[in-house]
Amino acid sequence: MREKAEELLAKKAVDLIIGFGEGSLPLRATPLFIRTPEEADQLIWNSFCDNNLATYLHKFNRFKIGIVVKGCDARSVTALALEKRFQPDQVVLIGVPCQRMVDRRKVKKAAKGEILRSREEGELIIIEGDGFKSSLKRDDFLYTSCKACLHRNPVQANILVGEPVQESGLAEAYPDAREFENMAPEERWRFFEKETRRCIRCYACREACPMCYCAECFVDSSIPKWIEKGLSPSDLQFYHVVRAYHQTGRCTACGACERACPMEIPLVYLTQKLNQEVSELFDFEAGADSKRLPPLSTYDVEDKQEFIK
Amino acid sequence: MENTKSWEPKILAFLCNWCSYAGADLAGTSRNQYPPNIRVIRVPCSGRVNPLFILKALQGGIDGVLVSGCHPGDCHYLTGNYIGRRKSATFKRFLEYLGIEEGRVQFSWVSAAEGVKFSQVITEVTNDIRKLGPAKRLVKKSEELGVRSFPDP
Repeated sequence: MREKAEELLAKKAVDLIIGFGEGSLPLRATPLFIRTPEEADQLIWNSFCDNNLATYLHKFNRFKIGIVVKGCDARSVTALALEKRFQPDQVVLIGVPCQRMVDRRKVKKAAKGEILRSREEGELIIIEGDGFKSSLKRDDFLYTSCKACLHRNPVQANILVGEPVQESGLAEAYPDAREFENMAPEERWRFFEKETRRCIRCYACREACPMCYCAECFVDSSIPKWIEKGLSPSDLQFYHVVRAYHQTGRCTACGACERACPMEIPLVYLTQKLNQEVSELFDFEAGADSKRLPPLSTYDVEDKQEFIK
Repeated sequence: MENTKSWEPKILAFLCNWCSYAGADLAGTSRNQYPPNIRVIRVPCSGRVNPLFILKALQGGIDGVLVSGCHPGDCHYLTGNYIGRRKSATFKRFLEYLGIEEGRVQFSWVSAAEGVKFSQVITEVTNDIRKLGPAKRLVKKSEELGVRSFPDP
């Protein structure tokens, strides 16, 4: 990856490369922005490169950008290109077949104390702290959204680094949403209410999401004032319904919203349901096709309408 | 309002200017009877109804929402109701998934010539909402307007 990045920057094919660098804390990787070929050796790739870097494309949309992408991130870029967020030849995708990312919170819960050092050796994650050292199997600590992932290979990538991985079958798709759907409506509402109640409205979910790029978000708008400031349960529910609904037919299930949440509110089950809906109703999958318009931007005369009186 | 004996459902109806609103007019001029529980908001097209409108209504204590527009193929703007139909289909399913009762939010096609159908739709919707009872979910209660302490993680 470093070679490819160096090459791109050296021949000035791109102005900027967005990738991952070593984080300042164990179990973390941080977004890295490099402009010269010499900086390319700071790029890393490990099990903690969990951010969706496509979200930074909006901030640098006047440059030619090389961007390191996983399967989900590549689809986000495709979906953004469909929404005309940048010129088609402006972005060079450096795709990495994804080994699935590790949830650092799950690792922290399994540790006996504060983790001071961590490293990876093949399938193992070795964590060390004050007076303890343990090695954990990385596959036991994957993000739930990664476990359900169907497209780990960034098929749209301009440059592919590494060997493509074997995609898993459909059986694992939407495990959370399916489970949730089997609950009674009262229970579902109680769950949604209980979880959203923790929200502190930091909007990290919105900031982390590559598809949330409105110049003025509905929560910030004062005319009309859709939603009040403050933490009343009703407003929190309102925010979470609309944040998720705005992703209809656009979400690539990267899970960045849930990963960014400091209160650990589950969010993926909401967008998962919407993805399921658009796939059932309109046979659409966000980011899979670079030509097909998002479902809510278009229509079909034959759309189902049994719910309309 | 909590007293069920005196409780009457409050229903908000978004009617498209070209068909359903005229349908409501026809129902009125033809003296077709329907329950007086609806409050009408006239919109240019059923495609104009932003899902936020529906949520805002439910938050404000409305017990049921009806969105009504022109039949497919009859839209004054040619495709507005098709676009609206996709929004409605996904949003309705999503609300039910979250646990909002089925039937709180309803959709219909009523043309300008269907005064009878309009009164039928309103009667049906009102009966459905009456069965569901007062809306409890998503409603903003007056005591929530105060300052709340910071939640524990």
